[in-house]
Amino acid sequence: MAQGFVGRSAAEMAAALRSGEVTAVELLRQAIVQRDRVDGRVNAFLERTDELAETQARAADERIAREGVNAPQLCGIPVALKDVLCLQDVPSTASSRIIRTFRPPYTGTAVQRLLDQGAVVVGKTNCDEFAMGSSNENSAYGAVGNPWDVERVPGGSSGGSAAAVAAGVVPYSLGSDTGGSIRQPAALTGTVGFKPTYGRVSRYGLIAFASSLDQIGPFAQTVEDAAHVYSAIAGHDPLDSTSSASAVEDPFETLRSGVEGMRLGVPREYFVEGLEAGVRQRVDEAIELLRSLGASVEEVSLPSTDAGLATYYIIAPAECSSNLARFDGVRFGMHADEPSLLRSYLSTRGQGFGAEVKRRIMLGTYALSSGYYDAYYRKAQKVRTVIAAEFDAVFEKVDALVCPTSPTVAFTQGAREDPIAMYLCDVLTIPVNLAGLPGISVPCGLSDGLPVGLQVIGPRFQDARVLRVAHAYEQASGAARLRSPMVAEAAP
Amino acid sequence: MSAAAAPPREIEGTGYEAVIGLEVHAQLLTRSKMFCSCSTAYFDSPPNSNTCPVCLGLPGTLPVMNREAVEKTVLTALALGCEIPPFTKFDRKNYFYPDLPKGYQISQYDLPLSRNGRLVFEVDGREVRCGITRVHLEEDTGTLKHAGDLIHEATSSLVDLNRAGVPLMEIVGEPDLRTAEEAREYVTRLRQVLMYIGVNDGSMERGSLRCDANVSLRRVGSTEYGTKVEIKNMNSFRAVHRALEYEIARQLQVLQDGGTLVQETRGWIETENRTVSQRSKEQAHDYRYFPEPDLPPLELDGQYVERIRARLPELPDARQRRFQSQYGLSAYDAALLTASREEADAFEAIAGSGVSAKLAANWMIGDVARLANAHHLPVARSGLGVTGLSALLRLLESGAVNGTTAKELLDELYAAGGDPEALVRDRGLGQVSDEAALAAIVDEVIAANPQVVADFQGGKEQALGRLVGNVMKASGGRADARLVNKLLRERLAG
Amino acid sequence: MTLSRDDVAHVAMLARLGLSDAEMEQYRTQLDAILDAIGKLNEVDTSAVAETAQVGGLVNVWREDEPRESIGAERALANAPERDGPYFRVAAIQE
Repeated sequence: MAQGFVGRSAAEMAAALRSGEVTAVELLRQAIVQRDRVDGRVNAFLERTDELAETQARAADERIAREGVNAPQLCGIPVALKDVLCLQDVPSTASSRIIRTFRPPYTGTAVQRLLDQGAVVVGKTNCDEFAMGSSNENSAYGAVGNPWDVERVPGGSSGGSAAAVAAGVVPYSLGSDTGGSIRQPAALTGTVGFKPTYGRVSRYGLIAFASSLDQIGPFAQTVEDAAHVYSAIAGHDPLDSTSSASAVEDPFETLRSGVEGMRLGVPREYFVEGLEAGVRQRVDEAIELLRSLGASVEEVSLPSTDAGLATYYIIAPAECSSNLARFDGVRFGMHADEPSLLRSYLSTRGQGFGAEVKRRIMLGTYALSSGYYDAYYRKAQKVRTVIAAEFDAVFEKVDALVCPTSPTVAFTQGAREDPIAMYLCDVLTIPVNLAGLPGISVPCGLSDGLPVGLQVIGPRFQDARVLRVAHAYEQASGAARLRSPMVAEAAP
Repeated sequence: MSAAAAPPREIEGTGYEAVIGLEVHAQLLTRSKMFCSCSTAYFDSPPNSNTCPVCLGLPGTLPVMNREAVEKTVLTALALGCEIPPFTKFDRKNYFYPDLPKGYQISQYDLPLSRNGRLVFEVDGREVRCGITRVHLEEDTGTLKHAGDLIHEATSSLVDLNRAGVPLMEIVGEPDLRTAEEAREYVTRLRQVLMYIGVNDGSMERGSLRCDANVSLRRVGSTEYGTKVEIKNMNSFRAVHRALEYEIARQLQVLQDGGTLVQETRGWIETENRTVSQRSKEQAHDYRYFPEPDLPPLELDGQYVERIRARLPELPDARQRRFQSQYGLSAYDAALLTASREEADAFEAIAGSGVSAKLAANWMIGDVARLANAHHLPVARSGLGVTGLSALLRLLESGAVNGTTAKELLDELYAAGGDPEALVRDRGLGQVSDEAALAAIVDEVIAANPQVVADFQGGKEQALGRLVGNVMKASGGRADARLVNKLLRERLAG
Repeated sequence: MTLSRDDVAHVAMLARLGLSDAEMEQYRTQLDAILDAIGKLNEVDTSAVAETAQVGGLVNVWREDEPRESIGAERALANAPERDGPYFRVAAIQE
C-alpha cells in the first residue's frame, strides 16, 4: 500500500480513516514521501513541519478512535499552508528574505480552526513574495514548478499551495487571494480554488498585503472538499474587525441541488482580446454543459471591467505600502547593520524586499503622496464603487456569473518579465476582489495538455451558491478529476 | 472661533500681538489599550512586558477598537461643547520611527470624532473664550531611551513598546490665546475638566497629559498669521508659561532686529530656560493619510450621544458657581474648593453632614489642604476620611472641643486614621467651657502676671494674647478660647 | 506622464527603500509605464459616486474594555534582531 492515498480527496481520506482502512500517521507518511519525491522539481515547500505533523497525526488518530464518525471532517487530513499564514513558532517568511527567520508567537484564526479540527500540517508553502505576483516567480526562495510541466509557472501568488495539491502531496491547502491569487493558480494547476466573500474568513494571522482585498481560502481537488474547508474556517472572529458577524450558511444544504432553474450570466467583457483560443473553447463547453443541466444562460455586461486592473494597481499597492512599513528591522526580521537608523531602514528594506515588492511599495507610496492622493487613490476608490455597483445590477438579473479564470494556460518561467504583462494575468479575477464577492475556479479540461479553469462568481455572502454551481458542473463534467503527471507517477 | 474673533492684545509698547494655539494629548483612563487588550497600566512596568502581537505590530495582526475609549472621547467632546458628527472614521498616518511599531499610527484625519467646541476661563478677572477645533482619538507610541540621554549624541537608542497603543485623545485648540498666562490657564482648566469627567489622570510629569504649542507674532490689527513655531517638551504648567514667555520674547527680538523667523520645531530646555531648534518644520512629513481599511467607521446617532451626555458630571465652572450661590462662598473660596472633583465631593459631603458650609470651607482650604499636600493624600483617601473629618468638625462646631484641640487631632489622625469622638472621650480632650472652672484659672494667671496685665491695661492689646496663651496652657489646651478672652477682658476692664 | 529621477528618489525615501542608481532608473521606467496604464481610470465617470473605503458595510465594530494578559517581554523580544536586555535596540537616530 506504498502510496495508495496520493491523489485522493480529503473526503476519501476521511472515509478511509473512519473505516479503519488507513491511519492519520500513515496518511502523513505518504504525504511526506510524495513531498520529498516531487519537491526537488516543484519547490512548493519552504518549511517542513514533520515533527509537529507527527504529533498532530497521532492526536488525530486517538481522536478518531474516540469519536469515530463524529470526529471533525478534516481530522487527520494532511494540509499545507501558504507561508503568509502564521502558525505559532514555525517560521513564516512570506517568501521574503526580510523575514526569513520570523517565528510568530501566535497562530492565525483560520489556521487555528483547522488545527482545532485535527488537521495535520505538512509544511508552509512557497508563494510570490508578500503575495504579490501571478506566477510564483517573485519568491526569494526560488520559483515553483507547475506539476503539469515544471518548466511552467503554477500561477500566483499562491503557487506553492496550488502545486502541493496538484502534485498530490496534500489533498487540500490554504492560500490567500487579493487579486486572484487562489483562483488563477487553481486554473493553471487543474485544482479547485475558492475565494470566499470578503469578511467571511478572518484575516487575523494573514500577513497583510492589501487589507480591503485579502481573503484566505482553500485549494482542493474537489468542490466538496473546498466546501468542507470553507465551513471549517469561515465565521466571525472578534480579532478581525472586518469579519462579518452574519451567520455562515451551511454550503452542504444546497451543494448537491444542481443548477436547474438557475440563471447564469456570462459577462461579455471577460472574453478579452488576450483570451487564448483553447481556454475560450473549454470555457464555452463548460457553459454549454451548465445550460444542458437546466440553467438558463444569458450574456450580461460589466462595462467597467477594463478599469479594474488600473483600480487594483492603485488600491492594492497603496494599502501594501502601508502594511509593509512594519518591516523595518527593529522588532523582527532582517536587520542591516548600519551606523544610523535611517541607513539601517534603507538598507534593510532595500535589500530585504524583492523587486516586485519594491515596485508596488513605490507605486502605492506615490499614489498616496501629497498632491496625488485625489487623482489616484481617491479616484480608484470611486471607480471601485462603480465596479461593485455594476455587479450588483447584474445580480438583479442572474444568480451567478460564469467565465474564464485566467486568459491563458500556464506559461513558461520567465515568459513575462514586463510587469504589466504579468499584471494582465489577473484581469479576470481582480474585479471580484474589488467588489468583495465570492469566486471559485474549477477545472474544465485541458488545452494543449494544460489545465483550464472555469470561474464562478456570486453576490456577496452567496458562497454556498457559488459552490453549488461549481459542484454541479464538476459532477457533470466527467469521471476522473484532472490528475497531474506527478500524481499519475505515484498512483498510476 | 477663529483667531480674528478674539480681541487683539498688544504686547505692551511693541505693536505686535502673540498668537498661540495649543495641542494637548491626553491618555484615556481605560483599562485596556486602544486596539488590543493589553493593560494600560504600563508606567513602571518592566520594559516590553506589557505587549502583545497587535501592539507590537507583528505581521498578520489586526486592530480592534476599544469601545470605552470612544465613549470617553465623546464624553470629553461634550464637556467641551463640541459637535459630534454622525459619521467618523480612523485613518492611517504613515511615517517611520522606532517607537511606531506598524510604521503608521492609527489616528483620525479629515472626519474626527468631534469639532467646534470651546473652553471658557478667566485670567486676571478677564474672560477668555478659546475655541476647540477638534477632539479626536488615536493610539500612543512606544517610548525611546537614548543611550546618553541626548538624542543627537547617542550611538544607539532603546525601544520600549509598553506604551504603544494606549488610547490617546488629541485636543486641538484654536489659535485664540494671546499671552503665556492665558496658555497656562487654558491647560490648567482643560486638565481640570478632563479629571472631573474621569477620562485622564492629569499627570504631566508621567506624560499622560502632554502639551505642545504653536506660537507666532503679528502686527496688532492684522488678520494674517506670522511665521509659526512649534514648541515641544513643556512638561508642567510652569514650563508652558515660561517657555511661551521666552519664545514670544525671542520672536519679538528677531522681528525688532529686522530678522526673519524660521518655521520650525523648538524644544523647551527646562534646565537652560530657553527653546532650542529641533528640526525645520519645512521638512514636514508627508503622512500619506488614507482611511484605515482594518476598522469599520463609526456612526454615532443622537441616542448614543445623549446616553453619553447623561454621564457628564457637573463641570467645574458650574459647580463653582453653585458653591457660591448654594453655600454663600466667595468666588475665590469656591474656586479652591472645586479645583478637583474629589475635593469638591468631600466638601459637599461634610457640609451635608451637618457642619456649616463656612466652617467646612475654612478647614478644607486651610489645614486640610496643608495636610493633603504634606501627605500626598486627598482627604477622601486619607486615614481619617471624609466621615472622620465630618465628625471632628461637628465636635468643634458643637463646642465639644476647641479649635486648638481640633487642629491637633486633625494633624494626628489625618494619615493614620482613628475615631475623633472616641479619642476625645478617652483622653479627656473635651473643651473646658465651665465658666467657674475657667474663672479660677483666669484669676490665677492674672495674679501671676502683673506686668503683662499692666501692659494690657496700659493699651497694649497684644498683651492679652499672652494671657490667653497662659490660660490655655494651664488648662491643658482645652479651654474655650472665646470664653477665656471674655473672662479676661471682664476682669481687667475695670 | 514622465516620472523624473527625483520623483523616484523622493518616493523611495518616503518608503525608506535604499536603491542603487541602476535600480532607480529601472523602477523609474517601469513605474512610468504603469502610471501611464493607470491613466485609464480617468475614463470612468465618477462624478456622482462616493469612495468605497470599506467593502463590508460594517459600522461600530468594537470590543469591551477588558484587559488581558500580555505575552511577556521575552516572547515580545524573541524575534528581535538587536536587543539590549529588555529593550529593542536601534542605531543612532540622527535628527
